[in-house]
Amino acid sequence: MATTKRTARRGKTGNDAGTDSRKEPQVQLETEELISLYQKMVEIRLFEDACQRGFRQGKIGGYLHLYIGQEAVATGFLESHRSGDRIITAYRDHAHALLLGATPRQIMAELYGKGTGLVKGKGGSMHLFDAENDFYGGYGIVGGHIPLGVGMAFAAAYNKEDSIVQLYLGDGAINNGAFHEAANLSGLWGQDGLNPCLWILENNQYGMGTSVERATANTNLASKFDAYGIEHEQVDGMDVVAVIESARRASERVRESGTPFAVEALTYRIVPHGAADFLERYRTKEEVKKWRERDPIGLLEQRLEDAGVEEIAIAKIREEKQDIVADAVKFAEESPVPELSELTTDVYASEMHVADAG
Amino acid sequence: MPVMTYRDALRAAMAEEMERDEQVVLLGEDIGVYGGTHLVTNGLIDQFGPRRVIDTPISENGFTGAAIGMAMAGMRPIVEMMTWNFSFQAADQIIQNAAKIHYFSGGQVHVPLVIRGPNGGGVQLSAQHTHSLEGFYGHFPGLKVVSPVTPEDVKGMMLASIRDPDPVIFLEAGALYGTKGDVPEGDYTVEFGKARIAREGSDVTLVAYGRQVNMLLRVADDLDKEGVQAEVIDLRSIRPFDTETIITSVKKTNRAVVVQEQWRWFSVASEVAALIQEHAFDYLDAPVERVSGAEVPAPYARNLEVAGFPSEEQILEAVRRVLYQESR
Repeated sequence: MATTKRTARRGKTGNDAGTDSRKEPQVQLETEELISLYQKMVEIRLFEDACQRGFRQGKIGGYLHLYIGQEAVATGFLESHRSGDRIITAYRDHAHALLLGATPRQIMAELYGKGTGLVKGKGGSMHLFDAENDFYGGYGIVGGHIPLGVGMAFAAAYNKEDSIVQLYLGDGAINNGAFHEAANLSGLWGQDGLNPCLWILENNQYGMGTSVERATANTNLASKFDAYGIEHEQVDGMDVVAVIESARRASERVRESGTPFAVEALTYRIVPHGAADFLERYRTKEEVKKWRERDPIGLLEQRLEDAGVEEIAIAKIREEKQDIVADAVKFAEESPVPELSELTTDVYASEMHVADAG
Repeated sequence: MPVMTYRDALRAAMAEEMERDEQVVLLGEDIGVYGGTHLVTNGLIDQFGPRRVIDTPISENGFTGAAIGMAMAGMRPIVEMMTWNFSFQAADQIIQNAAKIHYFSGGQVHVPLVIRGPNGGGVQLSAQHTHSLEGFYGHFPGLKVVSPVTPEDVKGMMLASIRDPDPVIFLEAGALYGTKGDVPEGDYTVEFGKARIAREGSDVTLVAYGRQVNMLLRVADDLDKEGVQAEVIDLRSIRPFDTETIITSVKKTNRAVVVQEQWRWFSVASEVAALIQEHAFDYLDAPVERVSGAEVPAPYARNLEVAGFPSEEQILEAVRRVLYQESR
């Protein structure tokens, strides 16, 4: 049955368009910084639009999960990324890879299943990796990557790296056992300064088509971290400046203490769950429209205008990014498919070949 | 050569490598203060401290996944499954992450991880605590799976496992922790993918791994009294797999019996039988026999449990069938 979004919620939650967590951030950003953020977010948006087109044209296969509407979250948190900080997320991962330095060409080629792709055409949309730029994936099983992030944070502290982990997860993952087991370890190990893990809960209101309130009785998702002794806060995930303020403070705290901290970013997936999710029976057009009014890119444009940036300059950024994305699509289309010999490489890191199995 | 128990050989391998390499840490339930349920890690927390011998809560998915993350970040963790039966709780981590990350990252990241613990049954633990998982884990590309039986191989394969760049499923014969054997002094490794000829013979090839190898050696002694020379092959390594040693033997003996504690369907013995018919069909004088556990969840009552596992009588009967001898 089609359902409409219920409004009754318990606790402090991200109800309509995240109003509860909204307050004007104190951080002061230079106009140049705002422009840089805008460039990044527009690039993500236009890249994702191009992915959607590629999928509908049948040029991108498999599952495709787009970040449209959530751009401010990864952009804001990765502004605090320092070289060596490891980043891990689930399958809505294009933005994270882009922001960390993978090129639009590499990522689009991956989605097109080409040998020039970021992971040589072996992972696709859900498994982007760019270890040189600190990106450790890209995982397709809801919740399954969370313990990995906690383990990487342990390793960072064990080896006194002065690095942290940014561990991204969605609201859907928070009801999964892996979350609870990993959060328990993170809180436990954090007591000894052995878990510099910044948990970033991207609450986009839906785990696929199931809204937060249809998935758990305690809809104050940040409060779930209380069970594991992990302190937390909420942030307006549509406002990149607010996200940056939270991210800088939280990253510093995690880095200094070796102790985990969680931020719930209240955001919204403006697009369907997956590119093949056309019907969207689980939410109303009115609800989507309401959140679109707080589109993170629109909010940032408002800030740019307030800072005196002319509309023509903003439009120029969009054009430049459109060209970059068009170039990435062209590169992906023209790239060769992987060599068939690649089928059996990278199964083992040792010299062992697949045939040795028997 | 010094004589050591299976348990002490395991502990010695881990302790020696921990001395050599600070990136090696142990994680598991009650492996530290408690000393390990099977005493394999006994005393190591005193030697290396709680940062390196990490007592975990009872949450296999969580700590196995965390160990994968540690391995991705350059460490060399060893996870103890108190018994392999609990690994189903962590199967998503082992199969979906550890086995595949190297592949789907396009070779960018690898997972040098060892997961070890007692495998198999025989001490009346009944259905949920009795599994032999060689076939199960052997099914997944990206994992390496070993199952040694002698203390010498236990130590050498554990050292090889810790140093391996890939995830290794180390299946111990839990029933043999107290058994003794010669163990060479000093640093040595036993290469994966090489079977061991535990006894040479010319009349029939007997193949097993883990606890059943010892059973085959007893059967071979019995057969010797009847004038039948059995060759006993200890696979040691399930993936990678040593096809060549088996085929060479079968070309000599023309007959084979494969023995395993696990269930027969979709099992290691099935794979061995298939390999023999592929590579030595023209050499076979009889169909390959498989002796396996009964196709039931493991029962509790001692007599039922014994009846559910391969016995020396069943193996002798199978040997007689491939030799076309009368049943006794």
